[in-house]
Amino acid sequence: MSTRQLFTRPARRAAIAPYLWMVLFFLLPFAFVAKIALSQSALAQPPYLPTFDLTAGWEALKAAAATLSLDNFRLIFSDELYANSYLRSLLVAATSTTLLLLLGYPVAYAIARLPERWQPIAMVLVIIPFWTSFLIRVYAWINILQHDGLLNQVLMALHVISAPLVWLSTDSAMYIGIIYSYLPFMILPLYASLAKLQPSLLEAAQDLGASPAKSFWLVTFPLSLPGVGAGVLLCFIPIVGEFVIPDLLAGSGDMMIGQTLWLEFFANKDWPLAAAIAVMLLGILLVPLLVYEHIQRRQLEGKQ
Amino acid sequence: MPGSTLLHIDGVEKRFGGFVAVDGLSLEVKAGEFFALLGPSGCGKTTLLRMLAGFETPDCGRILLDGTDIAGVLPHRRPVNMMFQSYALFPHLNVSDNIAFGLKRAGMARDEIATRVAEMIALGRLEGLERRKPNQLSGGQQQRVALARALALRPRLLLLDEPLGALDKKLRDSTQRELMDLQRRLGTSFIIVTHDQDEAMTMADRIGVMNHGRLVQVATPRQLYEQPASRWVAEFVGDVNIFEGRIERREDQRLVIACHNTGAIVAAAPRQSLAGEAVCVAIRPEKMKLSRQGPAEAAIQAGAINRLEGTVSNLGYLGDISSYGIALDAGATLRVSVTNTARVDVDDFRPGERVVVWFEPDDCVVLDP
Repeated sequence: MSTRQLFTRPARRAAIAPYLWMVLFFLLPFAFVAKIALSQSALAQPPYLPTFDLTAGWEALKAAAATLSLDNFRLIFSDELYANSYLRSLLVAATSTTLLLLLGYPVAYAIARLPERWQPIAMVLVIIPFWTSFLIRVYAWINILQHDGLLNQVLMALHVISAPLVWLSTDSAMYIGIIYSYLPFMILPLYASLAKLQPSLLEAAQDLGASPAKSFWLVTFPLSLPGVGAGVLLCFIPIVGEFVIPDLLAGSGDMMIGQTLWLEFFANKDWPLAAAIAVMLLGILLVPLLVYEHIQRRQLEGKQ
Repeated sequence: MPGSTLLHIDGVEKRFGGFVAVDGLSLEVKAGEFFALLGPSGCGKTTLLRMLAGFETPDCGRILLDGTDIAGVLPHRRPVNMMFQSYALFPHLNVSDNIAFGLKRAGMARDEIATRVAEMIALGRLEGLERRKPNQLSGGQQQRVALARALALRPRLLLLDEPLGALDKKLRDSTQRELMDLQRRLGTSFIIVTHDQDEAMTMADRIGVMNHGRLVQVATPRQLYEQPASRWVAEFVGDVNIFEGRIERREDQRLVIACHNTGAIVAAAPRQSLAGEAVCVAIRPEKMKLSRQGPAEAAIQAGAINRLEGTVSNLGYLGDISSYGIALDAGATLRVSVTNTARVDVDDFRPGERVVVWFEPDDCVVLDP
């Protein structure tokens, strides 16, 4: 059935709303950012040139447009610093997302297997940390991870270690922070897809001779893949652009792209270069999004 | 070995908290038999089926399959397969892979699996649908995939949980016939759970009627309908008129029963013993005859026939039969159904018309009240 038949006229009008939203809050701001990315940094207010003055007339606009260039992008490609930043971001995001999936799946699975009246309570427990500011929670980790912090005290009390370990300002600290912060985003979509699973499907698998472990791999896991996809995207994409956690918990060595961007924008006041970094980042992140979209569309087509 | 016992359920009991779902139930099912478990919802029939499949473990009692107790055996190790009410087809697998699921788990060789799947596709008339996913199939096709999948491992015993519940009436009727044919052809024992008595009556060799976790009667469809073991069964299976009364006198093969609001009814003496003098008489609506004059006076004087007078209060035309509501002069209301054998020149009884209802003593079943 085509969309035309499916929706009534008012419904079709309402269907425009998301596109309008996209134009207003994504395309338009993105156009501004893209324009800044093509500009040159300058000692001015705002700190870049050219600026388009709509009152100056057509010829002036044309002249301003002619000064736009891809210089900033050339710079990003020529300096290894940026490539390393991008790579580190992707690597950190991929590692964290893998760890998040390994940690989040058993939790989501366990919650989905709880008696029905306990499930909402368990979900509230997963979400409750959001009631405290994100920044405060990351700062709290500084306390926990520092030299005489809670983690070292506990490990020493348990005689796991004899002298305090250095946690803060290491990649370990950053990964702890990221995994702690993003775990709910992994658990929620996983739980949603696992809770939908009909128990009779598992019974059918066992009735046909599959052991409980086999039933999990042949039925539960494949049917939870939409949740896995959503959870992976929901974590991977923001982690690639993560700034606060690496800035507060990681060492001062390699930087993630969010940190590099912050540096260019605030420290170097180079808005155009920062904008170019942001545009490139968006381009990189479009890849996994498009792959996910493609898979989803194929599944949708399968349903029709 | 047709006729030998395949399944022997012996004193099986299952409680959920304080609720007794199955209460010390015993039953034997023969090899090659089509057995139906019939009962109202919550009677324990599904729990019993789930214990046979292994999804529930009995609290006590034995379940012997071919003489081996399987009560504690895990579902994936039982030579029993089940067709689920919701079909429970794997949505991520196509028709062929759904059917092959059990065969792969059994470790069958690749070419053997292909042969068996093709056989099952033919059996379920699913040719051309092999690569379809379950959500691309109609309800009837899904039902046939579920059946083919459950039969692929060639179980000795197939359990069917309300297998036709999700189909519309037309499809249900044709599918009932298909299931019966298939069962005869394969010789597999079927145990079907249903709350639909027409389904059970049509398909089953024997029916076990369950209530409150117990089997109240196990009988062939005909016995169940014509010789119900209790008033509850008589009322549960089919339509019935019930008149309460007391036994007035016994004359060799007959009982004369004084009913509260019909007058005396002459009934054939029941085979089973009755608990007391207070009884009820059950008569199926189609066993009663309706006429303007009634039977010949001579027959009535001989005491052979019951004759009740009343007025037609309503009439329902159902095509094959007409169902009349009759208000007897003595106070009772009853239903009489008349088969519509003629198409034209039909002289229906009108509401308000005086009629005579008459029936043979042999058509009455006397039961404890």
